[in-house]
Amino acid sequence: MSGLHRTQPVHELSLCQDLLEQVIAIARAHQAEKVVRVIVNIGPLAGVEPLLLESAFSVSCEGTLAEGAELVTALQAIRVYCDVCGLESEATASDLSCRHCGDFATRLLSGDELILARVELESVEEVRH
Amino acid sequence: MCNTCGCNVTSGNRHLLFTAPAQKPVSAVTVLSNLLKHNDAHAEQNRARLDAQGVLAINLMSSPGSGKTALLEATIQRLKDSLNIGVIEGDLETENDADRIRAQGVPAHQITTGTACHLDAHLLGPALDHFDLSKLDLLFIENVGNLVCPASFDLGHHRNVTLLSVTEGDDKPAKYPVMFRAADLMLITKIDLLPHLDDFSPERAELCQRKLASSAPVFNLSSRSGQGMEAWLEWLQHEVAEHKQRVKNGQTLRPRVQQDGQSLHDPASQPRFRPVVRV
Ligand SMILES: Nc1nc2c(ncn2[C@@H]2O[C@H](COP(=O)(O)OP(=O)(O)OP(=O)(O)O)[C@@H](O)[C@H]2O)c(=O)[nH]1
Ligand SMILES: [Zn+2]
Ligand SMILES: [Zn+2]
Ligand SMILES: [Zn+2]
Ligand SMILES: [Zn+2]
Repeated sequence: MSGLHRTQPVHELSLCQDLLEQVIAIARAHQAEKVVRVIVNIGPLAGVEPLLLESAFSVSCEGTLAEGAELVTALQAIRVYCDVCGLESEATASDLSCRHCGDFATRLLSGDELILARVELESVEEVRH
Repeated sequence: MCNTCGCNVTSGNRHLLFTAPAQKPVSAVTVLSNLLKHNDAHAEQNRARLDAQGVLAINLMSSPGSGKTALLEATIQRLKDSLNIGVIEGDLETENDADRIRAQGVPAHQITTGTACHLDAHLLGPALDHFDLSKLDLLFIENVGNLVCPASFDLGHHRNVTLLSVTEGDDKPAKYPVMFRAADLMLITKIDLLPHLDDFSPERAELCQRKLASSAPVFNLSSRSGQGMEAWLEWLQHEVAEHKQRVKNGQTLRPRVQQDGQSLHDPASQPRFRPVVRV
């Protein structure tokens, strides 16, 4: 992505505020002592640089329950559904057209996600349900 | 950065600071919730405020210098007698752009946050306080000149307009797909310069845009010469009228890419915030 973001990950920092807020709420709801790992799903069309998000996350977590937690980013594939021929195909960020018939009238099935998928917590005692 | 609702992790949460004991059980919680849930909640509040007064908000995005402010000046000159227009400027260094808009005789507010590379819904909320929304039909938001990230944040606006000036190269949509895919309307600007450039083809630019599965209309125009301004002005007037009708029916409009994202990551199909503990 742009040079601006390489030197100054303001963008990823501001994303982390939302992320961290959700993670802390979950940790509290489970009376966790510590957040060990956070897994997020990111699509190439989300406009987020995974490496920058990871480093921004460790900065944002300082002084919180999530301090020291590892952020794992799982990159999602881009898949589209073609309205013309009704088939699904893999696509790239700059070409979302249908691989089967070449039409541009496709809809994204995956590839723009920005999802908090999983949180791993260290608890005081085992939680049973 | 949220001064609106105090939702941030601040010095107030520092008591959560914790020294880790070893050998505690680890449980995994499946969440599947949007990372930008909080921004999106603020965006919905902003949109509701605009809708309550029937104001259509349009987010202008482009690289620095593509002609956003010049387009606003030319647009206001031609429309200010028929529409009440306000402008929020997200050009973060100076008050220059807001001053240029005020010189056209319409209210303008500059968001000054220093280093932020994009606007988000938290920044827009307080900016709306600077306007009497009941006196506006149309609110333009000039986002920070940046082709990378402004498209990832819903502000609570209704339409995204993405500018591409003829001096930037016609393959920009392929290079910055996140930005251009978000466009509800694409404007190829500074078209008066086209005769001097042998390597920019508006047709090629439109083809790159279509490859992003975008059906957004593409207009060519020049704020300088006035060429092509009619189609843009008609589009605006049509959008304002449609929006007034829409809010009367209790409906609203989200920018296309946000609608897509919503249906794609439908809360019904994904257990948002219903954590499952696996021991
Ligand atoms: N020839 C020509 N020049 C233009 C046109 N529109 C804008 N410009 C020039 O392009 C330069 C940048 O225009 P602005 O309107 O300030 O661009 P901007 O997108 O608002 O820039 P930032 O706010 O810095 O991102 C200025 O020198 C304008 O005079 C146009 O239609 N034709
Ligand atoms: Zn940004
Ligand atoms: Zn097809
Ligand atoms: Zn907030
Ligand atoms: Zn400007």
